[in-house]
Amino acid sequence: MTTDQGSTIRARFVRPDRYRRTPKRPAFGVVWQQHWMLYAMLIPAALSLLLFHLYPLWGISIAFVKYNPVKGVLGSPFVGLEHFDRFFSGRLAFEIIRNTLIIAIGKTIVVQCIAIVFALILHDARIPILRRAVQSATTLPHFLSWVIIGGIMVQFLGSTGPLNQAGATMGLPRVNFLGNRTIFPLILILSETWKEFGWGAVIYLAALANINPNLHEAAAVDGAGRWARLWAVTIPGIMPIIALMSCLSLGGVLNAGFEQVLVLINSLVSETGEILDTYVYRVGLLEGQFSFAAAVGLFKSSVGFLLILLSYWLAERFANYRIF
Amino acid sequence: MVEGYSLRGRIFDAVVYLVLVVLALSCIAPFVHVVARSLSSYAAIQESSVFLWPVGFNVDNYEFLMTSDRLFVRTFLISVARVLAGVALTLAVTALTGYVLSRGDSLHIPGLGVFKFVMLFSMLFTGGLIPIFLAYKSLGLLDNFAVLVLPGALNVFYAIIMANFFRGLPMELSEAAFLDGANHSDVLFRIFVPVSLPALATIGVFAAVHHWNSWFDGIIFMRLNTKWPLQSYLYSRVTQQLLQNRDTIDPTQLQNMTPEGLTAAMIVMATLPITLVYPFAQRYFVTGLTLGSVKS
Repeated sequence: MTTDQGSTIRARFVRPDRYRRTPKRPAFGVVWQQHWMLYAMLIPAALSLLLFHLYPLWGISIAFVKYNPVKGVLGSPFVGLEHFDRFFSGRLAFEIIRNTLIIAIGKTIVVQCIAIVFALILHDARIPILRRAVQSATTLPHFLSWVIIGGIMVQFLGSTGPLNQAGATMGLPRVNFLGNRTIFPLILILSETWKEFGWGAVIYLAALANINPNLHEAAAVDGAGRWARLWAVTIPGIMPIIALMSCLSLGGVLNAGFEQVLVLINSLVSETGEILDTYVYRVGLLEGQFSFAAAVGLFKSSVGFLLILLSYWLAERFANYRIF
Repeated sequence: MVEGYSLRGRIFDAVVYLVLVVLALSCIAPFVHVVARSLSSYAAIQESSVFLWPVGFNVDNYEFLMTSDRLFVRTFLISVARVLAGVALTLAVTALTGYVLSRGDSLHIPGLGVFKFVMLFSMLFTGGLIPIFLAYKSLGLLDNFAVLVLPGALNVFYAIIMANFFRGLPMELSEAAFLDGANHSDVLFRIFVPVSLPALATIGVFAAVHHWNSWFDGIIFMRLNTKWPLQSYLYSRVTQQLLQNRDTIDPTQLQNMTPEGLTAAMIVMATLPITLVYPFAQRYFVTGLTLGSVKS
């Protein structure tokens, strides 16, 4: 308690309420008599957790055996880390992890940047009807599934689609946008941006609306123009949210967008488009190599878990935001 | 905002509005194109002369879907059933769990800490696709309608939002009822639920959109396509078209329709329900974002 810093550190690591609470806690019998209904209310949620989240965890053990569907996991021979070894010694592992990282990081950066710029522009628009109309139009794609968006892309970007048709009338060659492996990651990043930038802007718009207008007025009185106020008032005002979103995005670095890639991937682009999730699905459920696919999936979910914890820690440390 | 009346300010405004309108149109144009295509004639789609307006207007594609494509009608109805059952179940579980979470803190209910830990853990770590598939298979959920609604019944995020909303309600509401001899279920269903209808509606809209849009569970857990929801069926059509990448026509079956036109009509039918609830979703989505931020 001597310095400010000392008391903060103590407040974080010592939890005084734990000691205060203990003697006051009533006996379980009393709690049960008064509040048994709370336990009853929790039954659906507890069952759901038990059956659909905890019970499947047991199946992770399949990653360490040579699975025999007839004999079950316990009857299958134990092989230790053989499946992991096989995955990482192959050339494919590097390719798939590279694709996953490129697509996921590319998406985060482009979506967030466009969302921020869009929010700044939209915030400046002074006609309410226009604002609302633009926001409605740009958030609509977020509420549709990747099957619908993918279907629209196949129609719109296909070789007979309007984009190619318009290009052909200008004398440009027809491009197979969805079957070109060089541009496929770019197509994924851009379509994700198109679908999500409007939704991503919502949180920045809320932050912009919270900036004290007096700051703008004071700056304007001091002779700051639009541009100067953008850098002196607006950007610092939304910086905490930008920092928070950057920290949290680290947790999703292995999530390159399973449903999107599954809809759009095809044999022509698998070299640059196959990601961890689609690989697990293809090898495991379509080709039936359950154990091997489970091992790859376990690798992904374990690293993903650590990344999420790290991102939450960073968010608390640098953006002063507690998730729980 | 002071110099907005100068010439420079007006030019700046004009540029801003132009950028916004172009962005909005770029989000809408692909949808308009697909609607136009679904209403165009066979010849127009073949020549790819359709842009944003139907060429050779007709409703053959829709007529075919409604009358001759039995799988479409079937999967559409399954999707509707899924949304109704899924939303009802999600709302019930969310209200119950949210209530217990909002009460548990002050009452020191033994075991609630363990429950919360498991809940948060389940949000951060999953067994992965293969263990989940095998587990659901051993539970007898393959080819079973229940697999589409049961696993999503507890959404941890919704439950936390709901708990925070309940915490924000005035304590006097429940305390007066408890003094009058009410129990927890009275307080939840007669007091909390009626005053929380906006929050429940928000969660209901999001759950409905989620259920309508889900298709991957249908693909992996339903081996018979007659048990798919609509979007799983649409997935199989879209990927087929992507593979062919060229419109090949089966002349025996479709006299006056291209597969592209049919798929376009199906996309429109799958989008329509979302656009119907969209105004509600939009009204609530900022609420949804701020709802969870009220902390005790």
